[in-house]
Amino acid sequence: MMTLKVNGREHQVDAEPDTPLLYVLRDDLQLNAAKFGCGLGQCGSCTVIVDGKAVLSCVTPMVLLEGKQVTTLEGLGTIAEPAPIQRAFMEEQAAQCGYCIAGMMMRAQALLQRNSKPTDEQIRAELEPQLCRCGTHMRILRAVHRAIRLMDTADAAPANRSAQ
Amino acid sequence: MNDSARFVLEDHPNNKPKGERMTGSARIVASIAAVVLVVGAAAAFAIAWRPALAAIDPPAAQSFDAALVKKGRELAAIGNCNDCHTVRGAKNFAGGLPVPTPFGTIFSSNITPDAETGIGRWSEAAFQRAMRSGVNREGQHLYPTFPYDHFTNVSDEDDRALYAFLMTRQPVRAPARENQLSFPFNQRLAIAGWKLLFLRHDTYQPDPKQSAEWNRGAYLVEGLAHCGACHTPRNALGAERVSAQFAGGDVDNWHAYAINDQSRSPVPWTADALYAYLRDGFHPDHGTARGPMAEVVSNLSSVPSSDVRAIAVYMASVSGAPAPDRKGDEVAKSSAQASQSNPAGAAIYAAACASCHESGRPLPYGGIDLALSTAISSPDPRNLANIVLSGVRPVEGERSPIMPGFAASMNDEQASRLLSYLRARFSKQPAWTGLDKTIADARRTQTVFLQTSPGPRNAPADPTQRDKP
Amino acid sequence: MNAPVILDRRRVLTGGGALIVSFSLADAFAQQQEAPAAAPAPSPPGSLKTSPYLDSWIRIDADGSITVFTGKAELGQGFKTAAHQIAAEELDVAFGALKVVTADTKLTANEGYTSGSNSMKDGGTAIQNAAAQVRALLIAEAARRFDLPAENLRTENGTVIAPDGRRSTYGELVAADMLHVQAQPKSKLKDPSIYKVMGQSVPRVDIPAKVTGGAAYVHDMRLPGMLHARVVRPPSYGAQLTECDTSAIEKLPGVIKIVRDGNFLAVVAEREFQSVKAMNALAAAAKWKETASLPKQDDLLNVLTNLPSQNTTIFERSNPAATGVKTIEATYTRPYQAHGSIGPSCAVAQFVDGAMTVWSHTQGVYPDRQGIAEMLRMPPASVRLIHVEGSGCYGHNGADDAAADAALIARALPGRPVRVQWMREQEHAWEPYGPAMVTKLKATLDSAGKIADWNFEVFSNTHSMRPGGAGSMLAAQHMAQPFAVPAPKPLPLPEGGGDRNAIPFYNFPNAHVVHHFIPAMPLRISAMRALGAYHNVFSIESFMDELAVLAGADPVEFRLKHLDDQRGRDVIEKAAQGFGWKKDRKPPPDRGFGFAFARYKNLAAYCAVACEVEVNRESGRPRLVRAVAAVDSGQVVNPDGLTNQIEGAIVQSMSWTLYEAVTFDDTRITSTDWQTYPILRFNSVPESIQVHIINRPGQPFLGSGETGQGPAAASIANAIANATGKRLRNLPLTRKRIKDAIDA
Repeated sequence: MMTLKVNGREHQVDAEPDTPLLYVLRDDLQLNAAKFGCGLGQCGSCTVIVDGKAVLSCVTPMVLLEGKQVTTLEGLGTIAEPAPIQRAFMEEQAAQCGYCIAGMMMRAQALLQRNSKPTDEQIRAELEPQLCRCGTHMRILRAVHRAIRLMDTADAAPANRSAQ
Repeated sequence: MNDSARFVLEDHPNNKPKGERMTGSARIVASIAAVVLVVGAAAAFAIAWRPALAAIDPPAAQSFDAALVKKGRELAAIGNCNDCHTVRGAKNFAGGLPVPTPFGTIFSSNITPDAETGIGRWSEAAFQRAMRSGVNREGQHLYPTFPYDHFTNVSDEDDRALYAFLMTRQPVRAPARENQLSFPFNQRLAIAGWKLLFLRHDTYQPDPKQSAEWNRGAYLVEGLAHCGACHTPRNALGAERVSAQFAGGDVDNWHAYAINDQSRSPVPWTADALYAYLRDGFHPDHGTARGPMAEVVSNLSSVPSSDVRAIAVYMASVSGAPAPDRKGDEVAKSSAQASQSNPAGAAIYAAACASCHESGRPLPYGGIDLALSTAISSPDPRNLANIVLSGVRPVEGERSPIMPGFAASMNDEQASRLLSYLRARFSKQPAWTGLDKTIADARRTQTVFLQTSPGPRNAPADPTQRDKP
Repeated sequence: MNAPVILDRRRVLTGGGALIVSFSLADAFAQQQEAPAAAPAPSPPGSLKTSPYLDSWIRIDADGSITVFTGKAELGQGFKTAAHQIAAEELDVAFGALKVVTADTKLTANEGYTSGSNSMKDGGTAIQNAAAQVRALLIAEAARRFDLPAENLRTENGTVIAPDGRRSTYGELVAADMLHVQAQPKSKLKDPSIYKVMGQSVPRVDIPAKVTGGAAYVHDMRLPGMLHARVVRPPSYGAQLTECDTSAIEKLPGVIKIVRDGNFLAVVAEREFQSVKAMNALAAAAKWKETASLPKQDDLLNVLTNLPSQNTTIFERSNPAATGVKTIEATYTRPYQAHGSIGPSCAVAQFVDGAMTVWSHTQGVYPDRQGIAEMLRMPPASVRLIHVEGSGCYGHNGADDAAADAALIARALPGRPVRVQWMREQEHAWEPYGPAMVTKLKATLDSAGKIADWNFEVFSNTHSMRPGGAGSMLAAQHMAQPFAVPAPKPLPLPEGGGDRNAIPFYNFPNAHVVHHFIPAMPLRISAMRALGAYHNVFSIESFMDELAVLAGADPVEFRLKHLDDQRGRDVIEKAAQGFGWKKDRKPPPDRGFGFAFARYKNLAAYCAVACEVEVNRESGRPRLVRAVAAVDSGQVVNPDGLTNQIEGAIVQSMSWTLYEAVTFDDTRITSTDWQTYPILRFNSVPESIQVHIINRPGQPFLGSGETGQGPAAASIANAIANATGKRLRNLPLTRKRIKDAIDA
């Protein structure tokens, strides 16, 4: 049994130390946003934030997470009260199938938390680990730029909401 | 090292001044010393000062013979010119790459044939002088970050071909960036002293006892390929330590492994293995060339294979037979022992690394069996820290290995424990010390490399595959 | 997510009275047809043809809630939202007043596959007409109750309103079986000029959940008691499982069962990661006998052109008066390419009391049901396939196979829901690919620089091996008593498969088009987005540029010279204008401009793409700088949705065109993950893509999900040729190939 802090709440999780965080989030905590895309650290669909940094949860075993804070997309906001990054993606309609989008948003969120005004070039470089097969890249970039503007006018810190 | 004749950079006799006492004859000595100093100063001035060579009109690209240009292209690939003279996201050969040195940061120059900001107005003689003596057209000394201590060995015909290649590139207007050096290193005249001490102009002489292939390799390695510029340790003044040739050096925050008999590679290198590694970018017994070496093998994949083989043959002979205490097939420490003393590291390895590194999937797409990793056996833990933290990024549009980096998911303590464990489990070498600092430094500097390096163009080739488009 | 709705569409009308009643409601319909009792009536439009009962499409409850049923599925292309808009518009209700239920064999009409860019044409049209006719029926009922002429009544927000103020909601008006009538061939459709939601960029209904972690995909399903399964696939086609000692795996933590049926091997566990570890152990324990059966990857041109083929001249036109003076020919090739769905395929199945329910992201719930029923030797009525979204499939990917896997395993564990998740390597190695193709073109220019003679040959496999039969699915092929892979058949024209868009849309006096249909399939293939159109348009539009160069003509002018179709011309001119295309405009150094045009299937949406590409002369690296597209999809339902599709098409096609090829040795597929099958990443994304939509109010919907890929590919190829002076004809147009061409 270990304690895992996710989206501001502590959970007791019964998982082996080598279990990737992705499975714990999805199966033990019923959180949908982080997705299985490859399990190999190649596509970024599983991206979440740990202690403020974007990580690939499919190659992050539980043994590394003791005492760390995990934030998933669910922890940023809800449909009723979306975080700036979520509003931005909705307003730009930045999704086709949408499977890659949660990962995109978390990596962008991590970037904006440490650099609130990245250039377009910096955003593109930051998103390089994230794959999108539908070709939604232009919209994703527009959404991140929109999020920058939205965060400028709102409280820049993400709402630490409970997901459950 | 064997005693076959090789080109060696030797310390100049003038750098061993002797102390003297002032006695009766001291005055004579003093006046002789004064004369020597004055003459020396004049001589030094004479040595230090270089004339400007006349600017020419940029020659038309069509004026160069196509075959010569092609030869120059291959030589430039061997010389890895684009690697230093191109910065990520900018134009080819336009310079601007920051090269950190112990003396400050030097920015590479624009070697496109642009008339104002590049070498467009350089005559062939000016170019040759730069290659041989490290002097630019205007007569200024060039910092030896540009490895003319190697390029001085390049033959006249090869210089001609390189000139033809560079002068037929796309001119790019890109003014030079200010070097960031403190006094006195920002005084170019100081370089003259450096050259006096460390630069030899002997042209490489072939060794008749060796094969043509070996000699070709020696010519390339000591000259254009400038392997020693990374793989040889340097002295306090930044010059290669000749007596320790190929004993290992530094580039960015990477350790360029010893490639002589002090190599710590678990499996000793053979000429065939080295050829495959340089040509294809990986070898099953040694791993995949990433970090700064990735661009080198990327370039070498485009030059005649005979040249790569020559380099491999020469280097294999330089590194010689492995020392008797290193046998490639020794079994590393048992995993149980390593796990007991470092259960945290063992758990991290089992959870985060083993799934790829014990998968048995062949290189270059599977994680290497870590018992074969030179990074883990090397006295210097920096390379392992770099790889663990940053992973291996894909080459655009090409089949290439991808390893996730763990900088974000591991804190310093976890990374440190892991590196200790890997060292204990997969090498027969004594434990590393100072890992916390190594990791903190790696976090900081690796980002710079990843952002500015132009990146390899192509990826390791898998010879078991058929055509790789 | 799937509220069980009991709606039995198979109830038979007593005496057909209602049918006749509905046909006699003459006032409700603008254009009346002859009484259908006598001669066979013309069919109602779209999918109404095969599912004519209105209540197959629309249900209105007494409380006024409206449910729209469609047999088409949301693939991420925005169809569900578009259908929603259409229904709301024609029913004249607020967008939020109805909900849409998609593809479910128990609830929705059989609309075959969501494919071929036919959803709007068939599904959207059906909904549009059904909704319009339902509204008409409701008005007619109100007219009867109010005793007023129907044309005096109007509707607003789900209420029929009389001039004197009397009102009746739809819920009040609807009666049992009222909608159980067959659709008329023609409907009184709303005038586009008064559209409230159609033609608007209504935000997609599925996006909010996707950006907030809502349950949105079949991958997110969690049913009570659900188990996790993983399949151990053979290492190569035709591999035989010779031994497998499962005893150790059975004892692994959480393992419930190992399913082994011939070469089908799977393990089921309580928890997901347990199933992954058990799968790895099971894969290590399995021994296979493999056969080297794959062709030479770098010799596909000869492989394909030497395989036996059925050769059909699919188009012929002759005008002996038109003769040419200059002839050129060229051969273009395309490798096998992968769908590469970002989320590997997944399905959930549950077998309870002799009934099998499967949740799958298949494109065709009915055909898949048929295949699964056949595989399990169950009556189709006992199998229910429910579509739940997956990641983008771009055609026939592993979805149907995962569904079959889940069903086969679930049958072995009655009562328990079983979730099968494919691994990345399995999706890459086992999905049916887009077929490799070869095209050979030859054309002649006359003295005026116009094409006098055009010859086009295409060599290709079928582009559809969809279920259908059980034999289309891996589980059924690998079972101990396997089902044979069905014989491949060409998809008939005008849509076509390998010959899709092989017939030129241009007007040539002499033309000859031959389809060499190759039955033998060395690699597993099926439908991949745009089917043969991707390569055929790539070939045609590359060759048009080669001819334009020969004629010394501007590529845009050259195309217009040969195109009569006005909508095609409009799209070409719009794209050129949007790009700033000018005759003889010189691109900046190291850059090139390229243009291409096609009408998808020669009958769906029109698309033209102009682009600017930069080529790094030292490395050969191509970089798409910007692209401008114009599209005509008839009546636009959701402009932003359409723009999204075209932007996506250009970016996706760029990845296919510059990077992608399935790799294999003589036995195994070797492109099994993103290392070995690289696709576009953010460092290659262009600076800008602009999409110009030409709306055609009131015109039929034209499918647009596949219209951009072919023109984008050719546009890029033409720009590379323009930048480098070298013409590349073999896909993908990689950095290395470009560099070799420059250096040559």
